[in-house]
Amino acid sequence: MNHAETLLPALRVAGLSKRFTLHNQGGVELPVLEGVTLDAFRGECLALDGPSGAGKSTLLKLIYANYRASAGSIRVRRTSAAAEVDVTTADPRTLLALRRDTIGYVSQFLRTVPRVGALDVVAEPLLGTADADTSALRDAHRKAQELLLRLRIPQRLWHVPPATFSGGEQQRINIARSFIRSWPVLLLDEPTASLDADNCSTVVSLIDEARARGAAVIGIFHDARVRERVATRVIDMERFQPRPGSR
Amino acid sequence: MSEDTQPILRVEGIVKHYGSRVAVDGVSFELWAGEVLAIVGESGSGKTTLLNAVAARARPDGGRVSFLTRHEGVVDVHAMSEAQRRLLARTDWGYVHQDAVQGLRMNVSAGANVGERLMALGERHYGRIRNEAASWLERVEMDVTRIDDTPATFSGGMRQRLQIARNLVTRPRLVFMDEPTSGLDVSVQAKLLDLLRSLTRGLSLAAIVVTHDLAVARLLAHRMVVMKDGRVVETGLTDQVLDDPQHPYTQLLVSSVLQP
Repeated sequence: MNHAETLLPALRVAGLSKRFTLHNQGGVELPVLEGVTLDAFRGECLALDGPSGAGKSTLLKLIYANYRASAGSIRVRRTSAAAEVDVTTADPRTLLALRRDTIGYVSQFLRTVPRVGALDVVAEPLLGTADADTSALRDAHRKAQELLLRLRIPQRLWHVPPATFSGGEQQRINIARSFIRSWPVLLLDEPTASLDADNCSTVVSLIDEARARGAAVIGIFHDARVRERVATRVIDMERFQPRPGSR
Repeated sequence: MSEDTQPILRVEGIVKHYGSRVAVDGVSFELWAGEVLAIVGESGSGKTTLLNAVAARARPDGGRVSFLTRHEGVVDVHAMSEAQRRLLARTDWGYVHQDAVQGLRMNVSAGANVGERLMALGERHYGRIRNEAASWLERVEMDVTRIDDTPATFSGGMRQRLQIARNLVTRPRLVFMDEPTSGLDVSVQAKLLDLLRSLTRGLSLAAIVVTHDLAVARLLAHRMVVMKDGRVVETGLTDQVLDDPQHPYTQLLVSSVLQP
C-alpha cells in the first residue's frame, strides 16, 4: 500500500491490555488481552481472528470505550479535529462526542428502546440530540428507508418498534443504524451472524462502500467466506493472549 | 461565556451532616448543557440528600454549587437571596418529586397546575396560559379533556405526567428528578421512562436523576455517579459503569440485578 504523508492511521492501538478484577469473587483476576498493538488506516478492513475467548469482542468494546483499558493507549483521529484523542484517558464528554461523530459500533444485539419505531431507530444517529428541523428529519428518514429496503425489512414493519422483531430482523436494524452515517472508524461485532445469504451479501456491499468512503473498519466475522470477502488484513488475536502466570 | 465552554452546573465538595452522622461526604461533579446524569446507590447512600443540597432545597454544611444562568453568568446558588433562589427554581430549574403529591397542588385543576409557573413569570393572559397548558398536557401524553379536573382524580402515572408538564412549561435548562418512576406499575413506568427520554433528548435538557434502579439509569443517563455511604465510589459513561464496573460496590450492585 502506498501511504502518502497525509494518510495517517485513523486508529492506533499501542500496548493495550485488559484484565477484569472480580472483587466479589475473592478479587480473582481475569487477564483477557495483553500488549495489543495495531494501526488501522482509512479504507482498510481488519478482521480479528481467533477462537472464542480470544478477546475479539473485548477489543472492540475497549475501542468504543465501553470497557476501560488496564494499560496502553487507543488513539483515534477525530473528524472535526486534527489532534488525536486517546480513548483510554478522554473525559466522558469527549467520548460521547467521539461516539456521535467518529466511531460507529454494531453490537451483536440491538438494545431496543420501547415505543420507538424501526425507521426512527435507524435514523437516530443522523439526528443528534435536539429536535431536528423538518428537512433534516426528512433527509434522515429517506436514508433510513433506503437502508431498510436494501436490508429487506418489510415496509409494514418500518413504524413498529423492533422489540418484537426476530433476531435476524433486529440485527438488520442494528446494521442499518450503524451504516447510516459515514463513521471514520466502524466496529462490527459479528454483523452477519444471524443473516441469510442475500442479506449477508448486502452487508458485504455496505462494508465495501464504507471502505470506499474512507472508513477504517475493524470487525469480527465468524463466517469464513464473509471474512475472506471483506478483510484487507487479518489480525491474529492469539498474539495478544496473556501468557500464563503473567499479569 | 457560552454553554459549550463551561458546565452549566458545578458541584464542589458538598458535605451534609445529620447530627453526628455524615450523610454526604465531599461530593463533586460537573454537568454540561443537555447532559443527563444518574446518581445511583441504595437507600441511605446519601443520593437524595445530595440532590436536595444541589437543588438548593436544603443548605449543605460545606461545599459550593455554581449554576450558569442564562443572562447573569455563574451564580453561587447557596449565596443567593431566598427570592432569587425561588425565581431560579421556578424558571430555569425543575424538580420532579418521587411522590407527585409533593410536586402538585392537589385541589386545583390540571390546567392551573401547569399554568402556575407561567403566571409566576408574569403571564396574565388567560387564553394563552390555557393553550400553553393544553399543549403541555398533550406533550406528556395526557388526555387534554381532563384539563379542568384536579390531580386528586388522577392515577399515579397521570399525576407524574402532570408534574413533569408543570415543570417543563417554563422551558427550564436543568431538571432534578428524585426516583421519578418508582412507586408506579411496571407498564406505567416503562411509558413514563420513554417519555422522559424523548423529552430530555428533544429539549436538550440537562438533568440529574436520582435512582436506585440501574435500568432507569441505562435508559435515561449519559453519565453515572455511584454513591455509597455519602461518597462517590465510581463515575463514568453509563454503559461503562454498568458493563465494566470497577469498584467492588458497583460490581455488587450490577451483579445483584435480576435479568428477566
